[in-house]
Amino acid sequence: MSTATTRTSPPIGTLLMRGLFDENPVFRLALSLCPAVAVTTTVKNGVMLGVAVFVVQVLSSVSASLLRPVIIPKIRVPLFVIIIAIWVSVMDMVLAAFYPDIYAEVGLYVKLIVAFAIIISRMELFAMKHPPMPAFWDGFGMGLGFLVAMILTGALRELLGSGSVFGIQIVDFNPLLLVILPAGGFFTIGLIMALFNWVDVKRGIAVKDDYKGCHG
Amino acid sequence: MSMPEPHLYLSTGPHIRRGRTTADIMWLVNLSLAPALLWAVLVFGWPVLGITLSAIAGCALAEHLACKVRGTDSTVYDGSVVCTGLLLAYTLPPGIPLWMPFVGGALGVFFAKTVFGGLGYNIFNVALVGRAIMMATFPVEMTTTWLTPGFGQIGGVDALSGATPLVSLTGGPEAVEAAIVGLPEGMSEGLAFLLGLRPGSVGEVSVLMIVAGAGFLLWQKIIKLTIPLSVLGGALLMSPWSPDPVLYMLSGGLWLGAFFMATDYVTSPSTLKGQIVFGVGIGLLTGMIRNWGGYPEGICYAILLMNTMTPALEEWFRPPRTAPKGTPS
Repeated sequence: MSTATTRTSPPIGTLLMRGLFDENPVFRLALSLCPAVAVTTTVKNGVMLGVAVFVVQVLSSVSASLLRPVIIPKIRVPLFVIIIAIWVSVMDMVLAAFYPDIYAEVGLYVKLIVAFAIIISRMELFAMKHPPMPAFWDGFGMGLGFLVAMILTGALRELLGSGSVFGIQIVDFNPLLLVILPAGGFFTIGLIMALFNWVDVKRGIAVKDDYKGCHG
Repeated sequence: MSMPEPHLYLSTGPHIRRGRTTADIMWLVNLSLAPALLWAVLVFGWPVLGITLSAIAGCALAEHLACKVRGTDSTVYDGSVVCTGLLLAYTLPPGIPLWMPFVGGALGVFFAKTVFGGLGYNIFNVALVGRAIMMATFPVEMTTTWLTPGFGQIGGVDALSGATPLVSLTGGPEAVEAAIVGLPEGMSEGLAFLLGLRPGSVGEVSVLMIVAGAGFLLWQKIIKLTIPLSVLGGALLMSPWSPDPVLYMLSGGLWLGAFFMATDYVTSPSTLKGQIVFGVGIGLLTGMIRNWGGYPEGICYAILLMNTMTPALEEWFRPPRTAPKGTPS
């Protein structure tokens, strides 16, 4: 892809909707499922990782877009990784300094953001071909999509698994311990994926074959 | 525009039918499970009946709602979902709170059956998925609510404070001795286990009653001996590593699993070689989990693990499709 031509960029609304719904990183593209499942046992942890990814995504996309003229296409992937690593280090230190208690739980996954497929794919697919402003909104939408996915999954799992939301106890027993376990995390994400497909059907959009899962 | 009357009727196979439907088979299976249930009521009292009804109700509700959502006729009456509920109830400890089998059954049927498309499309044995979900969700109740067997004194059985013989098998012979309670005076361990006068899960305590039900199914030609014998053989291979091989072979859900769960048409291979590998695999895995694993009972996870192998086994042992020699190609 040596031709880094600037195309006409889609409107901001489309970019935001794409990240939030149409191409939601977790529920549509099924990317970064491992950290998503590992972290969303509580809303608090989910929000922490979601915000970290959001910030890193926006900054990395804008950086890649700004650096387009100097990035040599042949070695763009290592350069992307370096850009992401720089912003992840910044986020990592900020979170460690200001929220040490939550950081103790999800710190490992914050460092792993370097390897998140969603961030590098947005840089490759969008930021490298568009000017900084659309790249910002694209990163904003995708990051927001991830954050919303974390909150949704975290809220469902915390409510069903420990009977609380944001650490506030709602019922005083554990209704479904299974949901807290990793397997339950995948069940939860699968159910929300089904919900997304259902909304598509209601909107009159044919569900893509890729999203249907096994063809039974 | 009206369609012209077709001159040729086309339909997909099978075209030759035997006078026995899926529903007939499933109700016969349910009937064959009855002796074990009667025995459980005699040994553990009425709560057992409640557990069974609760599990069946949970499974049936999930199935019915799924059919409603899908817009098809309710398939509750074909008996398969009742069979799932029965089998799920049989794997539970008899003192479990009554609402738990309901939740477990509903979640099991939802996640293992209706999500995949209903009867015939499930990858895993539905009842065992229900049990696995319950094991993950209610770990305390699933492992501590055992009852002491009390033959004839219906309603008056004591809660058992301690491990079942199977739980204590990993703890060595002394632990086993301590865990065997409620056995009739002067009866040998082996005989008591064979008859089913011992603590254990609802439907699996009596090997005799399970074999009686299985015998009925064999007579009706609903199941074949291949898978059950392979399972028992595989488990026997692992018995030298067990502290008490006799109790190891006679306890837990081994026989129930071998005859009623591993033989599930949907989730087991259809070729002879595939069935033998499937069964032996279950037996070996059961032994491994029991002897060295973290769970006292292994048959549930062994069957679920081998269920995942079924498509591969069908592929590997596919019968040759070449035409017989001499036929023109």
